[in-house]
Amino acid sequence: MQMSGAQMIIEALIAEDVNTVFGYPGGAIMNVYDEIYKQNGFEHILARHEQAAIHAAEGYSKVTGKVGVAMITSGPGFTNAVTGLADAYMDSIPMVVISGQVPMSLIGTDAFQEIDAVGISRSCTKHNYLVTDAKDLPRILKEAFYIAASGRPGPVHVDVPKDVTAQIEEFVYPESVDIPTYKPHTKGNKRQIRKAVDAIAAAKRPLFYLGGGIINANAAMEVREFVKMTGIPAVETFMARGTLRYDDPLLISMLGMHGSYAANMAMSETDLVIGLGARFDDRVTGKLSEFAKHAGVIHVDIDPASISKLVNADYPIVGDVKGVVEEMIELAKESVDPERYTPWVETVDHFDKLHPLRYNEDTANIKPQWVIERVGQLLGDDANISTDVGQHQMWAAQFYPFTRPRQWISSGGLGTMGFGFPAAIGVKRGAMDKISINFTGDGSILMNIQELMTAVEKKLPVINIILNNNYLGMVRQWQTLFYDKRHAETDLSVQPDFVMLAQSFGGVGYVVRTKEEFDAALKDAIEKNVVALIDVKVERLENVLPMVPSGGSLFNMMLLENKKES
Amino acid sequence: MQDERRVISVIVANEASVLSRISGLFSARGYNVVSLTVAPIPDSEYSRLTIVTMGSVRVIEQITKQLHKLIPVLRVTESKEMIEKEMVLVKFPITEDLSDISVLANAYNGKIANVSEDTIIVMIADEPTRVEHFLTAIKRFHPIEIVRGGTVAIER
Repeated sequence: MQMSGAQMIIEALIAEDVNTVFGYPGGAIMNVYDEIYKQNGFEHILARHEQAAIHAAEGYSKVTGKVGVAMITSGPGFTNAVTGLADAYMDSIPMVVISGQVPMSLIGTDAFQEIDAVGISRSCTKHNYLVTDAKDLPRILKEAFYIAASGRPGPVHVDVPKDVTAQIEEFVYPESVDIPTYKPHTKGNKRQIRKAVDAIAAAKRPLFYLGGGIINANAAMEVREFVKMTGIPAVETFMARGTLRYDDPLLISMLGMHGSYAANMAMSETDLVIGLGARFDDRVTGKLSEFAKHAGVIHVDIDPASISKLVNADYPIVGDVKGVVEEMIELAKESVDPERYTPWVETVDHFDKLHPLRYNEDTANIKPQWVIERVGQLLGDDANISTDVGQHQMWAAQFYPFTRPRQWISSGGLGTMGFGFPAAIGVKRGAMDKISINFTGDGSILMNIQELMTAVEKKLPVINIILNNNYLGMVRQWQTLFYDKRHAETDLSVQPDFVMLAQSFGGVGYVVRTKEEFDAALKDAIEKNVVALIDVKVERLENVLPMVPSGGSLFNMMLLENKKES
Repeated sequence: MQDERRVISVIVANEASVLSRISGLFSARGYNVVSLTVAPIPDSEYSRLTIVTMGSVRVIEQITKQLHKLIPVLRVTESKEMIEKEMVLVKFPITEDLSDISVLANAYNGKIANVSEDTIIVMIADEPTRVEHFLTAIKRFHPIEIVRGGTVAIER
């Protein structure tokens, strides 16, 4: 069938079973928006800033497991989107982002709203394309979706000049993809898997180190089974929250810079790290030379470049974690005896009893951690939890009772303030049956506050819970601890009236100073079913603890008892 | 860990911007490039890049893995068993001892490539270590300009 490049894009999105596109129109992408106007195959959600459009598509992708799709124009439209692309790249989120570009004849002339988009996105995408002929569009779009979702997932950027979207060509959407240079390795080596299981059976103090790759691979149920049958304790990375249920007796907690004492001590004492879809990030390992010093390392990852990048793997297994764990379960049935690890589990439990994750209710003010716990008690499994970046994000990771994979949506790798609210909008769109909560801070929420409009217009009632300490809290914490309390530019005492702010967009707002007020506000926001800002005035100088100072060893933690804010 | 010199041969699809993907990878991750050559492979849709780099064993391993991760990269070969050659062009003043220069060039698989009123241009092609020796030896003939072609290599 003959059609324009713009129509081809619409047809390809429908063929890829896309039902939501987040975006923002502009000059170079107008031909495509004209076709969006005419079609009814998917819904377009107009964000109020291109960065937010990308974050919303990320949130949608994370909660549904589908490829997130966003559309933007050239020049500033694209550059606004770069933060989102980088965020998706760091957290391995499958995305296809289509941008308009100036017509081919103007490329390289410094035309209005021209920027070398593929030159910029090259280092923050899994792959990118500049489409120079509409004949290539069907193949490129098919490849884009395939590359985004296969192997280690990531964002793919497709830049389409305006004249290419107008060009009329024959459209046949390919049924399959053939990229001779791209063949992701998904099946783990059988011999290596056997050796790894033998190592588990021989270990005395093995430890599961669960990473976000498990969520991406939809392997959480297999991992839950594996943990249960082996009786081996497990720590989760920040990205892996929700892999095990919060009340799984073998889940210790999160490890790393703000991990629990028990999780970090277990990692320091283990004799065999069983790494599944985790990448030994610096926020997890602390000082590398001291990390899991006494341990052998099994490392299962779909990305060969992640293996032995930072920590040498004794049992490297390249493959899809779901299939590898299935094979490991079969082998472990014969060789692994859970009772072998009972003394080790007792040791870990002892660590946890010594210094559990907790906070002091020592003031009249609401403690931020209490808010997280309270939402967990009231909503639990009924909510999906997005966050912005900072102290509130760490408290959410520490204290929310996660029950399922894809319940936790947060910017881990890039640490993007402003991620949470638009992501929560995408999360709500992807899971209308759940309450979409965004835990945020008084710093982060202002970085994409314009999305109140999107949420109101599209009736996506995200509940933003602002843990308001009148500080850029995490930076303030570092200044307190490492910069002799010189709080440079982190005092955010000058603030908007969040209630009026929400109301002016057509949402609802609440100021909360007591626990009773919090319960009432949350209940009312859920009943009102519109976008909400709940401004919770919390203890100003609370620190996130435990804390492994940057570059320190995991076992050298600042703990609650040792560090009291003055 | 000791830095080692390594030659990496990369076969890539002939497409726009593939060279910038590779050079961008080296700059973004802080890897060294000693030399880089690229040319199409005859009768195919691929090109071959030959990259000479320095790094520890771990860094070299990362470089090959990261290269392979790029979508248009078909194959990455990193081996100590490479036959390496590099071509060099050198321009001398015509007033230097031409017969000595000619003999020296001959010894390094080379010859006089061009002579003009003021200058003489010599080309040689040899293994990288021998190229270094040649470049040391010609210093006394006051070379005006030296153009190195970068290493090309083929697996033994």
